[in-house]
Amino acid sequence: MTACTALIAEDEPLLAAHLQAELARLWPELRVVASVTHGAAAVEQALALRPELLFLDIRMPGMTGLEAAQALVEDWPDGVAPPLMVFVTAYDEYALKAFEVAVVDYVLKPVQTERLAQTCTRLRAALAQRAAGSAGGATIDAALGQLRSLLGAPGFGAASAPKLTVIQAGVGAAIHMVPVDEVVYFEAADKYVRVITADREHLIRTSLRDLLPQLDAQRFWQVHRGTVVRADAIVTAVREESGKVTLTLRGRPEKLGVSRLYAQLFKAM
Amino acid sequence: MTASASPGKRPERSAAHRFVLRGARSALLGVAIALVFSFGFDQRLTHALAYSVPISLGCWFFIDSGRLLAARWVHRGAALPRAQWPGWPWMAATIVLGTLLGYSVGRAVGGLLTGANDPGPFVGPSGHDAAMLLFALVPGLVATYYYYARERLAATEARAQAAQRQATEMQLRLLESQLEPHMLFNTLANLRVLIALDPPRAQAMLDQLIAFLRATLTASRAAQHALSTEFARLADYLALMQVRMAARLQIRLDLPDPLATLTVPPLLLQPLVENAVKHGLEPKVEGGRIEVDARREGDLLVLRVRDTGVGLGASAGEGTAFGLVQVRERLATLYGNRASFTLDAADDAEGGTLATVRLPITP
Repeated sequence: MTACTALIAEDEPLLAAHLQAELARLWPELRVVASVTHGAAAVEQALALRPELLFLDIRMPGMTGLEAAQALVEDWPDGVAPPLMVFVTAYDEYALKAFEVAVVDYVLKPVQTERLAQTCTRLRAALAQRAAGSAGGATIDAALGQLRSLLGAPGFGAASAPKLTVIQAGVGAAIHMVPVDEVVYFEAADKYVRVITADREHLIRTSLRDLLPQLDAQRFWQVHRGTVVRADAIVTAVREESGKVTLTLRGRPEKLGVSRLYAQLFKAM
Repeated sequence: MTASASPGKRPERSAAHRFVLRGARSALLGVAIALVFSFGFDQRLTHALAYSVPISLGCWFFIDSGRLLAARWVHRGAALPRAQWPGWPWMAATIVLGTLLGYSVGRAVGGLLTGANDPGPFVGPSGHDAAMLLFALVPGLVATYYYYARERLAATEARAQAAQRQATEMQLRLLESQLEPHMLFNTLANLRVLIALDPPRAQAMLDQLIAFLRATLTASRAAQHALSTEFARLADYLALMQVRMAARLQIRLDLPDPLATLTVPPLLLQPLVENAVKHGLEPKVEGGRIEVDARREGDLLVLRVRDTGVGLGASAGEGTAFGLVQVRERLATLYGNRASFTLDAADDAEGGTLATVRLPITP
């Protein structure tokens, strides 16, 4: 087997060093191309270095491991197999057990050598299978499916909260009351969210992550990690040859891209 | 008598169900009275039953519904579920009126059952209706008092149980928040690595973990400890966090010597320091600094926990509120309005959050 590449994302330096040392012992041919300490760096480095394996701590400053995984899957270039992901977490609040026998593995901290050896065996088998044929097409679908159910799993932002009927947006000294029925879509902009109606747009000081549980999931669909659209404001969803889905909207000229994670929402009945 | 749901093991019966049950008991009381009359005063049992059961039921019906109506009137402005006890003056009037009505109706029914002209077994030879009426008041009074006492006991018990449950829940949540699994397992993961890498440091870390765990588990037992002990426990906790966060966490603890022997409730500042780490510094990629200091302002001891983290509002985790509520409640219970707690944005260029506790200095 040729040298295989991996990226480690872990905010605690001792644990990152230890994981790297253990991997070096269990899997000498494995080359760790980068070790990063937060989610955004993981996405950036993974896109740049395209490692085959990714060890992601779930709780990291800024972007969590799960959010980094989502961003990576969405931004990964077409035609290249995405990295196999292993989540590392101190406490299994996401019921990751479901993924133990899957392409996406998970390891609990403190990481035990035998458990890590098992993960390595599993990853080797998955890489061998990938090399033997299937060219990544099937595996990206599998990874997408798992990530989808993981993101929808209880404990990951899906917690129910009282639903908003009005968005209160501050404009100077005034508070504009924007009924959610008038919102065409929400777009994440750094620490803010842009609230776009047919004729205006407002900025509200909240993150999309915090806003999402307060929206009715039947009416407001997440179509990208940074975009949530009111379903009945969508006129058409067009699938291009590359598989990319684009939305046209009622009352807005711009088109919105749907990430491959959410493309399956748009199918003819 | 309250309608508040009691948290007993039995499922709570509906109001209508309980009303009918009281009626059935009254009918039984009527049967018992008939038995006494039939054997004690040599009346025919069927005859006695025909009068005593309708009279009992009549008295019960008018007294019990009278009570509910009176209670509804008395508590008409109150929130639901309303109390079902109108108070003794109203109740006395209800009993007298209810007995009068119940007795008359019951006697009429008894008359219909046995033949219209029969005066009934409870009318003495000279027709002392008034005496019988007075006699009929007794079961109504006794039964009312019995239910009153029983419901009051149940309500008291329910309140005591609820208070107990609340206290236990609070304690559990306190422990849970302090022994947060992420903190614990991440600390153990670091310890596991250090054991091979740097045994003396691993040992020091284990000692800090032991001190932290011991302090957490016994905090609820001791009423007060020295401020120097409080700072030592905070130092243990922060040292544990520093192994994990390395350069991302800088610590500055400042306790002036003259204040070291003053006493404070154990681990009062712990939730504030934890919040500063968890919600201030952990989410911040580059990390920052935590400062804990103590000062004297006249008769007040001022304790401050400041971080240079992401600041208020940036991270609204659920854990935050609980830690703050806990600090507020402890201060209110121990010092009333002589202590205060504030949480503000730090007012300098470095940003972050500043938590301030003010306590009266106890000699």
